[in-house]
Amino acid sequence: MSTVTVAHHEEHHDHPTGIMRWLTTTNHKDIGTMYLTFSLIMFLVGGSMILGIRAELFKPGLQLMNPDFFNQLIGIHALIMIFAALMPAATGFANWMIPLQIGAPDMALPRLNNWGFWLLPPAAILLTLPFTLALFGIGDGALATGWTFYPPLSLQGGIGVDFAIFSVHLLGISSVMGSINIIVTLFNMRAPGMTLMKMPMFAWGWLITAFLLVATIPVLAGAVTMLLTDRHFGTHFFDAAGGGDPILFQHLFWFFGHPEVYILLLPVWGFIPQILQTFSRKPMYGYKAQVYSLWAIGALSVVVWAHHFFTAGMPVPALLYFMYSTMAISLPLAVLFFCWIKTMWRGSMSFETPMLFAVGWIILFGIGGLTGLVLADVAADAQYHNSYFVVAHFHYTLFAGGIMGIMAGVYYWLPKMTGHMYSEKLGKLHFWLTAISFNLTFIPQFFLGLAGMPRRIPDYALQFAEFNMISSIAAFVLGLSQLLFVYNIVSCIKGGKKATDKVWEGAEGLEWTLSSPPPYHSFTDQPVVK
Amino acid sequence: MQVLKKVGFGLGILLASLGAYADYSWNFPEPVTPMALDTLHVHNKFMLISMAIFLSVLAIMIYSIFAHRKSKGYKAVADKAPSTAVEIFWTLIPFAILLLIDFVIMGIPAYHSVVMMEDTRDKASMVIKITGSQWRWQYEYLDGDAQGIKFVSNLTTTNDQMNNAADKGENYLLEVDNPLVLPVGEKVRILMTASDVLHNWWVPQFGSSRLAVPGFIRETWVQVEKPGTYRGQCKELCGKGHGYMPVVVNAVSMEEYKTWVAAKKEEQAKAIAGADKEWTKEDLMAEGKKVYEKNCAVCHQVTGAGLPPAFPAITGSKISISPIFGEDGKYLPDSHMDRVLNGKNVMPAWKATLNDTEIAAVITYERNALGNSVGDVVQPSQVKAARQ
Repeated sequence: MSTVTVAHHEEHHDHPTGIMRWLTTTNHKDIGTMYLTFSLIMFLVGGSMILGIRAELFKPGLQLMNPDFFNQLIGIHALIMIFAALMPAATGFANWMIPLQIGAPDMALPRLNNWGFWLLPPAAILLTLPFTLALFGIGDGALATGWTFYPPLSLQGGIGVDFAIFSVHLLGISSVMGSINIIVTLFNMRAPGMTLMKMPMFAWGWLITAFLLVATIPVLAGAVTMLLTDRHFGTHFFDAAGGGDPILFQHLFWFFGHPEVYILLLPVWGFIPQILQTFSRKPMYGYKAQVYSLWAIGALSVVVWAHHFFTAGMPVPALLYFMYSTMAISLPLAVLFFCWIKTMWRGSMSFETPMLFAVGWIILFGIGGLTGLVLADVAADAQYHNSYFVVAHFHYTLFAGGIMGIMAGVYYWLPKMTGHMYSEKLGKLHFWLTAISFNLTFIPQFFLGLAGMPRRIPDYALQFAEFNMISSIAAFVLGLSQLLFVYNIVSCIKGGKKATDKVWEGAEGLEWTLSSPPPYHSFTDQPVVK
Repeated sequence: MQVLKKVGFGLGILLASLGAYADYSWNFPEPVTPMALDTLHVHNKFMLISMAIFLSVLAIMIYSIFAHRKSKGYKAVADKAPSTAVEIFWTLIPFAILLLIDFVIMGIPAYHSVVMMEDTRDKASMVIKITGSQWRWQYEYLDGDAQGIKFVSNLTTTNDQMNNAADKGENYLLEVDNPLVLPVGEKVRILMTASDVLHNWWVPQFGSSRLAVPGFIRETWVQVEKPGTYRGQCKELCGKGHGYMPVVVNAVSMEEYKTWVAAKKEEQAKAIAGADKEWTKEDLMAEGKKVYEKNCAVCHQVTGAGLPPAFPAITGSKISISPIFGEDGKYLPDSHMDRVLNGKNVMPAWKATLNDTEIAAVITYERNALGNSVGDVVQPSQVKAARQ
């Protein structure tokens, strides 16, 4: 089938130009580029929302916004960062790199691929439209329940909740389509000789992510649909007065929500070892151990969901089960950390920007992982839960572990994708600014949480003032540093030093055998892996 | 070396800036219940273990970063997978250490904490019920001398303080009109529920926090060992007033507690007696203004203008200017009385929260102030009758 497609394309070398090229494209590189661009734009949108929050929290008292608007910003910030920034970034890399890495001419289902992307912009518009409408006096603004949609609060909410539900449906459909495409591609289109256990680690990470998405997105879709019928059609799934249970929603939501964390991280765990081996100039350590660990984490991630609401009240055996199973995730994760560090150990390391991000990523993600381990403890969780401690914890996993990992990937593959080298100087500056301001933003939040500051409050008691001020200032530095990132990417696309085919001295893998940038249709001769 | 200098510089700034607030709490606040104490111990122990793991791994990485550099001419040494039994044994050692840490060193104390946290009934000497509602806590004593005492606890911080028009008080956002009063040293079983959305009753120094779920009863317990005033907050996002429903608990000696119970009982008896007398319009208006500003103004605003469309205006609204009672003397459906007693959608039902006098006063106030001038008066006796 795929060969037929390729042959067909070879006959007409022309393809639409201008806007139609992007609207109708079925080319994996074009679609990957669109995903990555969309992700970058939404990263800036979500980031500016949180800068509004940090400005409000700069000092006690209400300065800039009313509490309702504050609640809208926190929820939409999270939904945008998770669904519109991190996930599309990972899917963008998958589109660009998986065919190149496995020696395939394109993704297996190119039209589905196009559709999967073009569902995203409408979804993003739906998420943010209620803000705009509210400015013109229509409706009462966006979802104000936090990204978790917990009923009964979400049953009270206005039209913004319906917009968000519909948006989540679209985002979910898009993710499932992307995942099916990746699974089919990986199972059917690997170059001859590339057995599953010879696949690049990035492909492995994505394969497991794709399975998790296919398994859990329908649960989320079901949960928010139940919410929708509760809101408009008089069902009582989550209303105790009608025999329902608000906590049921939390179970359904986190059955999706916890695997979602690994959905965001597994692709990153895939390409970080590739970056480490490239800049350590020796093959990654423990390939098999890593693959098995990824599977173990994928499997464990769907059986630990209730640790997100220990304080909701559960029988003791359930508390113990969810506590111990959550702790068990540290075992395969520790194997991964061991392999990553062992890959660096006694290598011949150099520290270009991707490597800086990768090494910084290991350290910061390590903090996220270890604080996650203490959060698993039920009794202590009664204190950490919904405090700023948790906020700091998941930003160490999702900003450091997710977004900084993605940044490592961007710097790693940008020369391959554009054919130009980015500015190494600016890249390094970007790394140091990001790493330092990130820590200055979130370390104070650990202490705020321990001191007893709940999350999602628009105003706070006076004893929390100093740490909030430090955190806000650092958050602005962190936010503004990202403009360097954008500038570096844009100037790299426009021009710069020509990149060689291999780009990095220690790079291994099929994507580095192609020219930089790779031809529009790659691998006219199918490569063979020995 | 460049790298290390930068890291060191960053950490230096961090420590210097944090050192400026040396009196600041770096950990959980001082625990005053057995559970908070236990939680603190578990937390400290876990944090030490985590820090030890983190720092030792970091040390290995930093060594590698400086020693195994291409710029120093270091040549990569290929890894070989463990092949002999001895090598495999050594590879498994870290795995075993982690198992030990997770499930023995951390797992066993965690087990005991969970069992202790969930044991709400053994040796409990009294029971109270806490109801969360948007955006206030309601406390009810269910047994013993205090049985029947029931009151609402509202934030007392003024709007001026929140809007930076006045200086913020010492307990900004953490002060209430009626704190919960508990005797020191007694194990108090707490039944937790909510009337509208999820809330979470949390006092950091107590170490207990439990979700309040509308339609369900959840349990937790506290046993305060040290007299004092303890402050906390709602910990589950519950709408626009989430940041404005603090928890304040006065832990007092048994004698003081008994005195408080007697006083509170007397106060409640007076309120019931007040319901039977005929009130003047001026007294009702004065009382009504207080009740309105404490309970209603958060949504309907002090001026009565509301925040449409979520929170309708009182001023000129159909409900607050149309008649309350029908010809048979009973209140009409969707009348002012009906709405205040029973609520509708987002509007809470106040019949369990406010007493007859308060409801009569606030209805009278809403109909004759805030730009309305209906002219009628609702007496507490009418509210009492309406409840039947």
